[in-house]
Amino acid sequence: MKPKETAEHYILSSSPHTHANASVSRIMLDVIIALLPTTAAGIWFFGMRAVFVIATCVSAALVTEALCRMAMKRESTVGDLSAVLTGLLLALNLPSSIPLHLAAIGSVFAIAVAKQVFGGLGMNPFNPALAGRAFMLISFTGPMTTWYKPCADAVTTPTPLAAMKPLFHASSVSSPTPHAAEALGQIPSVWNMLIGNMPGCIGEVSAIALATGGAYLLWRKVITWHIPAAFIATAFVYSLIAGGAPAYAQILTGGIMIGAIFMATDYVTSPITATGKLIFGFGCGLLCMLIRQFGSYPEGCSFAILIMNALAPLINRWTQPKPFGAK
Amino acid sequence: MKVIKSQFEFKGGVHPDYNKELARDQAIENLPVPEELAISMSQHLGAPAKCIVKAGDWVERGQVIGEKAGFISVLVRASASGRVKAVEKRLGPAGGKADCVILDTAAERPADVPAPSAGPVLAPLDWRTASKEDLLKRVEEAGICGMGGAGFPTAVKLNPPPAKRCEYLILNGAECEPYLTADYRVMLERAPRIRLGVEIMRKMLGGPAVRIAIEANKPEAILAMEKAFADIEGNVQIVVLPVLYPQGSEKHQIYATVKRIVPEPPALPIDVGCVVENVGTAAAIADAVELGEPLLSRVTTVSGDAVANPKNIQAPSGTKYADLVKFCGGEKVPPAKVISGGTMMGFAVSTLEIGTTKTTSGLLLLSRKKVFQYSSHPCINCGRCLRACPMNLNPALISKAVDANDIKAAEDAHVMDCIECGACSFGCPAYRTITQSCRRAKNSIRARIAAEKAKAAAAQAKQ
Amino acid sequence: MMIAISVIAGIGLVAAAVLAAADRYLSVKEDPRIGMVTAALPGANCGGCGFPGCDGYARALVAGTAPNGACAAGGEACAKAIAKILGVEAAATEKRVALVKCCGTRSEAIRVGDYNGICDCNVAASTAGGDKGCTYGCLGYGACANVCPKGAISIRDGLAKVDKRLCIGCGKCVAVCPKKLIELVPASATIHVLCNNPDKGPAVRKVCGVGCMGCHLCEKNSGGKEAGHFTFQGFLAKVNYENPPVDGQIVAKCPAKCMAEDPHFESGH
Repeated sequence: MKPKETAEHYILSSSPHTHANASVSRIMLDVIIALLPTTAAGIWFFGMRAVFVIATCVSAALVTEALCRMAMKRESTVGDLSAVLTGLLLALNLPSSIPLHLAAIGSVFAIAVAKQVFGGLGMNPFNPALAGRAFMLISFTGPMTTWYKPCADAVTTPTPLAAMKPLFHASSVSSPTPHAAEALGQIPSVWNMLIGNMPGCIGEVSAIALATGGAYLLWRKVITWHIPAAFIATAFVYSLIAGGAPAYAQILTGGIMIGAIFMATDYVTSPITATGKLIFGFGCGLLCMLIRQFGSYPEGCSFAILIMNALAPLINRWTQPKPFGAK
Repeated sequence: MKVIKSQFEFKGGVHPDYNKELARDQAIENLPVPEELAISMSQHLGAPAKCIVKAGDWVERGQVIGEKAGFISVLVRASASGRVKAVEKRLGPAGGKADCVILDTAAERPADVPAPSAGPVLAPLDWRTASKEDLLKRVEEAGICGMGGAGFPTAVKLNPPPAKRCEYLILNGAECEPYLTADYRVMLERAPRIRLGVEIMRKMLGGPAVRIAIEANKPEAILAMEKAFADIEGNVQIVVLPVLYPQGSEKHQIYATVKRIVPEPPALPIDVGCVVENVGTAAAIADAVELGEPLLSRVTTVSGDAVANPKNIQAPSGTKYADLVKFCGGEKVPPAKVISGGTMMGFAVSTLEIGTTKTTSGLLLLSRKKVFQYSSHPCINCGRCLRACPMNLNPALISKAVDANDIKAAEDAHVMDCIECGACSFGCPAYRTITQSCRRAKNSIRARIAAEKAKAAAAQAKQ
Repeated sequence: MMIAISVIAGIGLVAAAVLAAADRYLSVKEDPRIGMVTAALPGANCGGCGFPGCDGYARALVAGTAPNGACAAGGEACAKAIAKILGVEAAATEKRVALVKCCGTRSEAIRVGDYNGICDCNVAASTAGGDKGCTYGCLGYGACANVCPKGAISIRDGLAKVDKRLCIGCGKCVAVCPKKLIELVPASATIHVLCNNPDKGPAVRKVCGVGCMGCHLCEKNSGGKEAGHFTFQGFLAKVNYENPPVDGQIVAKCPAKCMAEDPHFESGH
């Protein structure tokens, strides 16, 4: 017969016995909060279409996450909000004109193939949202490169980046050829670039909104300055040297702002050490600008980050910290 | 004597909730000798003492009941008079079993044993005239070990090899562990004793400079020490340290006070000319030398939100946790976790039947709402543990390696440098058992090294 | 077209020449018996013999630095086969299997805490001595199951259980158990004492409903002390596996219910 147990057992665990109360879901929530300004800007400029795209991506991501975990017979991770974040980030990286079923397919790919196949959050080698976007860009190139003018329904237009691309190869910007002059004329004014009144993906247009979110993340200590600073600085210096469109225009248009602040800083797929983060940011900036100048796509931000994602484990290995007191 | 602010901040560290207000204003109270004591033979770091009494024996207060068993070992004295009920293996707070002398202090004194004279247990010494050897012998026979928590034999520490000179004696009054206020109260109430202890240690170490390290969140303690040390001669300074956990760690305190870096193990502080002693140890040395009073009791903070009246208690070694709790008015709410020590490095225990030791700085009873649960969620690579690690390790890497049972990878990531301070687990948003993983890796590596040594010794014996 | 064919063919010829040259000039001569002995070993690479894998043991055998018969997994048949190859005597071996000397399941042995941490017996044991009331008993966090090279151990109702048919007697579980309660016993022995607690009866009873109290009834019922089927450590009966008891009656007569007849489970592989 079993002896009588004491009514209350004490919890036995290894130290420490106190916690900072940080949690994964709180971090994800912080990133979602940081994305609210740019989400609002996207909706303001691209209207209800943007709302539909966002809603589609987020719900598709959530359903896929839940189904994948069920299929794998693992505990549900819907509550950690990472799927919401992936869906939201993907939506913000899509043009508002994207057909909704394609947006849903991209979201399913991002969660199922880029994340859960590897074992879920923490195990994925590539940023799921970016992997989803890259998948869509290759599979549905047409819809993925059709841009609407902001605040105007169904008027297609090239993005400033597409217009700026030939400028890299123009002989001189100060005395432009007629073709280059036309391209320069298509670069939006600085004010429009800052507030986001230009064609582009839903969440990438408003530099001010993105920077606000970035400041919030820095204040909440969710991210450190290393990756965004190295990324943006590298891209800026590159465009100064390479010439072409003004360097600030290279930074403020396309995906560099959202990429540097929200995509490249993804914990799981970026290096963990400070030095590693600087190298990672530098690599992202360099690759992004190389693709913009020489690649066949006008924008290279997603691919740059994905390539660097693949290098992150190697960078980690290079930059292991030296213990306090070690020679 | 000067009070200066520390100029050197180490990398990493965390800011846990200190919760010191619970017990900080409670003056030290003496606990009447409980009816039963459980005196462990393993109250210190190193080989447990060898028990030399048996069930039925009558022992006097101060009588040696456990002999020093090796170089790194400390003798154990009875903290009260009484009859030995039993000598048995019992669980200690750290989870290991050690011989315990169960002492019935309520037993009647046998007719044939005369009551001892009222004098001190040991003959008082005049530290000014006593030789260094006499003083060392006194520290040893008083059974003193480091009272900060690790319990390193003090006589060994105060007797560095002749080739190594002690340039700085650092007095550790940081007490960076949450909840604990025992050292703080000792600094407030026994400042002159601490000063005397420092002067004795200074003599033993050949006159090093003295640095008294106190965290900035204890201004009253700084004042008390300033007053006690006001007229001391020689190079003595109080160094006010920034409030940062683990400021009390030996290596980090040495860096924060004198900017010296202790190399990787097996290097010791003395290799960079430093000896670090806890304030409580200093007071114990003063008592042992000047009063002839061996280390038989210590101040323990009993605190936590599940204790009715948190207190700082001077209790004889071997006092059962249950008696301490009773002295504090019992439990306010049923505790969900009981911790021997502080919340960052203390040990969770399963029973209140364990006896205190010379290193029991605190006993914490926490209610359910103060206790968090570890999980086995995957690491999200956020890097908080890297930033928190005061040893500048990569705890995420170590923890993942241990998860994969790859102890070699953990060793390559310098897990042996880990001081188990808990800063990594404290901030982990995935609630991973990082510190425990480090411990697991360290234990495996130590076991492997021991096995290799045994193998090599066996092979040599064969030849 | 022709160019492509000739390029491919050329590469093939050059590579073939290099490989042929490498085979002639770089090949390592080794005792052919090593391969034969390795083939005769079971190939489990369990390390139970004390050498790094079967290949390591085979090399040591051929070099004459290891005794034949150290392979518990292969047993007698394997030792005989090796003896034939090497022309040496086979040491008599008997198959040994691991036995977990604890039967304090969750429904019989009390727990004194809620352990929250890494699922491994060694770390659990170093956290307040483990959450089991009996400090000698099986914690059930599966350190043994994790090191078992054959998957012969599983955790059932908070207790490690060994599948006798899968166990190869390598002894890895014996080494890893923090409570040292796994023993290698002859596979032919059928009666076992499933307890590891040498404390006095009342102390055992306080923590476990099926702990040995050292009442010596098993000894008495199996022919007394002279028969020598049991030894005692403190208040704990131990089967003398040199001379194991055979009469299953004593199992039923054990008042503590800590004895069992062939307690190994069979997982149905």
